[in-house]
Amino acid sequence: MWRVGTVLALRDETASARTLTLEVPDWPGHVAGQHVDVRLTAPDGYSAARSYSIASAPNPEKRLEITVERLPDGEVSPYLTQQLIVGDQLELRGPIGGWFVWRPEQTEPIQLIAGGSGIVPLIAMIRSRASAGSSAPFRLLYSVREPAAVFYREELRTLTDRGTVRITYAYTRNVPKDWPLPARRINANLIANATWPSTLSPTFYICGPTSFVENASGLLTVSGHSAQRIRTERFGPTGDRR
Amino acid sequence: MAIISRGFSGRRSAEGVKLPPGQYVTTDFPVLSAGPTPNVPLDQWEFVIDNGASVLKRWNWKSFRDLPTERFTTDIHCVTRWSKLGTSWEGVSLDAMLADVKSDDRYAMVRSYGGYTTNVPLEDLKNHQAWVAFRFESQDLEPEHGGPARLLVPHLYFWKSAKWVRGMTLMPRDEPGFWEANGYHIYGDPWREQRYSGE
Repeated sequence: MWRVGTVLALRDETASARTLTLEVPDWPGHVAGQHVDVRLTAPDGYSAARSYSIASAPNPEKRLEITVERLPDGEVSPYLTQQLIVGDQLELRGPIGGWFVWRPEQTEPIQLIAGGSGIVPLIAMIRSRASAGSSAPFRLLYSVREPAAVFYREELRTLTDRGTVRITYAYTRNVPKDWPLPARRINANLIANATWPSTLSPTFYICGPTSFVENASGLLTVSGHSAQRIRTERFGPTGDRR
Repeated sequence: MAIISRGFSGRRSAEGVKLPPGQYVTTDFPVLSAGPTPNVPLDQWEFVIDNGASVLKRWNWKSFRDLPTERFTTDIHCVTRWSKLGTSWEGVSLDAMLADVKSDDRYAMVRSYGGYTTNVPLEDLKNHQAWVAFRFESQDLEPEHGGPARLLVPHLYFWKSAKWVRGMTLMPRDEPGFWEANGYHIYGDPWREQRYSGE
């Protein structure tokens, strides 16, 4: 069934990504990592729907946040990031998905690995950990093109400052000023230094473009992590054809 | 009554393209997998049909590739809403693989390297509706798309077309596979938009 959500707030994360805060009075609740279908309908009845990861932690206020990256030739994302205004209504269906989820009952070490906008379901896990008062050890390895492409920048900085979540950034194109490392993709060395070792039996959540997820999950299995503990979510827009 | 999205016009499919409800056309080939891509060497590959108690048929890569193959072109529909039209494949028809299997079971649990499972009624695997495919667009199937071989049941949502297949277990009753136990529909007919469980 489709539910109606009202836009409460809009916030730009980067030049091409915007967070939508929605109020959904009959939202049934969700678990961190799940997604939601968003449907737009034109005056003549034509409609288009896409699936977006939920960024917000479960909350009693029936609020839902999604962060949408604008795809240059997208059909729905340009509307959501450029035309939508506060007070507009959207149709939503969900929550969806029961695999790429983190539940507060989980106490094992958690390793999050994000490529670009793959951070969205992972920030929901970080927020869910905080709101549930969990003390599960969390680490985040966040690969982005450049510093300006980082989502949730202030929030992640606060997490680092407080020492709640250990965060490692990997920049693939441009590094910040005075950064000690060159721009590079995630490699075995970085995996060894920035993620929990296999002796701790962590659970991995990897989300990003296909080639990113293939690379990261491959490096993890080669370094001795069980494939059963690696959960992945890959997204378009492309199949990253080789 | 749908909410009208102020100022939204959308991008419609070309005239004459018939899509299942809620789908859009892509020319890419997105990848969706729940975990890492397994590496399956051909000299260790096998495909086994069993009934939970005993093995009914078994192939290694060579005996599998000795089976007659078919080339076919079909549309595929992913539950995440993309459809890809006119994809061409080469594979072995499940009709050929099930030909001398004697069983009263009506369902199959398809099993993959890496642990993935999906349930499909046996009648959906027969009568030229399903294949074990090993080539896509004339190329050997890439691991991230399910190589060396994947199931192809294109009349159902694409999660039923299990990547890295290693066999199937015949069952008297329907049981949920991996995604079917994780929020997705037990059958998954795109034309009836059977996306999620409880629909």
